[in-house]
Amino acid sequence: MPNPILVVKDLTKKYGDNIIFHDINMTVNEGDTDVIIGPSGTGKSTLLRCINLLTKANSGQIWLDGEEITAPGYDEDEVRQHVGMVFQNFLLFNHLTALDNVKIGLSKVKKLKDDQAEAKAMQELDRVGLADRAHHYPGQLSGGQQQRVAIARALAMDPRIMLFDEPTSALDPELIGEVLEVMRKLALDGMTMLVVTHEMGFAREVSDRIIFLEKGSIVEEGPPEVLFYTPKFERTREFLWKITELYGKKESDS
Amino acid sequence: MGSVFVILQRFLPEFLKGTAVTLELTAVGILLGFALGLTLALMRAYGSKPLRIIAIGFIELFRGTPLLVQLFLIYYGLPSLGLTLSQSVSAYLALGFNSAAYQAEYIRGAIQSIGESQMTAGRAIGLSRWQTIRFIIMPQALRLVIPAWSNEPISLLKTSAVVFLIAVQDLMARGKRAASITYNPIGSYLAIAVIYLVMVFAMSALLKWLERKTKIPGFEMETEAA
Repeated sequence: MPNPILVVKDLTKKYGDNIIFHDINMTVNEGDTDVIIGPSGTGKSTLLRCINLLTKANSGQIWLDGEEITAPGYDEDEVRQHVGMVFQNFLLFNHLTALDNVKIGLSKVKKLKDDQAEAKAMQELDRVGLADRAHHYPGQLSGGQQQRVAIARALAMDPRIMLFDEPTSALDPELIGEVLEVMRKLALDGMTMLVVTHEMGFAREVSDRIIFLEKGSIVEEGPPEVLFYTPKFERTREFLWKITELYGKKESDS
Repeated sequence: MGSVFVILQRFLPEFLKGTAVTLELTAVGILLGFALGLTLALMRAYGSKPLRIIAIGFIELFRGTPLLVQLFLIYYGLPSLGLTLSQSVSAYLALGFNSAAYQAEYIRGAIQSIGESQMTAGRAIGLSRWQTIRFIIMPQALRLVIPAWSNEPISLLKTSAVVFLIAVQDLMARGKRAASITYNPIGSYLAIAVIYLVMVFAMSALLKWLERKTKIPGFEMETEAA
């Protein structure tokens, strides 16, 4: 039986009269990698931010590991420890070395002892292949390396699920591959992931399910082979192939 | 011009005492101003509405009125409200409060240049709002603020000269005394001007050193762009 890690029910977000998305329902099962695709401005990023409680949804409910995290009075900081987030622009802490970026959550949130935090942080950097860059500052790392440190920083908290918000969109084409490689490895290791991306190669190869979001609601969802070849709606196929063509070149380079 | 050296020689012990007072006034003013200015900047950037209004009120009041008026209000005005302060305490408070208003604005500017995204990143790994401010935002803001903030100690060192008007025996007061004893205002004031200049140079060098010392490789004002 699949074990649902994340359940989203009737989630709606609007700014004033402007509806970002409405009545979103989705479930992400343990060990799965689900990919959200859709044209820009359809609320994909906002959806991830709502799941992480960085933005408050107007209505609807979210369960993480069977607990309703949208319940009134639920400890948001506690939730975010269990939900890893990777941003489009990396958002590393610029004044800290790669190692300290990964370590700070372990020391200040998990309250690990310094040597334990350091060992664990080093282990996570090693996992993304950057142990040799531990003492570099973000400004001394390439975009791809910065994003891998950001992934290590999120992984260090031992999250139940990892959210990726267009993790390769801000990268030069030649740097995309190294980040996708780390994500691929994570997926194979059984990490539960929800990924917003335009990387169709990644979606096709790695994902268990693709969710097509347009104009604030889910148009269609299913396994990649179904969405690519036998989708229910013609516009799903159109969008998928258009994106594949646009971004396909980058992917084959990497 | 030779008279400058004659006066420097004759009044050197006096001038050195005055220099010590001026440096002390500047140091206390900067430290008090920093502690209060940091608090005001945090209130203004992150506080609730009432706290923001208090901070803005304080900042505008002390930036919008002359330091000398503030000094006279504290020294001559407060006694009529039953609070009599010594000359030096009045000078410390006036310089500290005045400097706090300016330092608060420098610090707030730096906080704003860090932007919301670092807050988001901090919250995303489970740090609380205050933890993020303390461990993520402020260490960056306080580094970024140094070049602009460096004006403040230098400016305060020079403006502290107004305190001679409430008879605090700073360098300015000693210079004035030398002028009235020797009937040589040019020589006297040039002499203390030289001493002020030396202090300013020394302080600039110290601040440049601080800026270099705290610099982080690859970390510039471009934080928001990432």
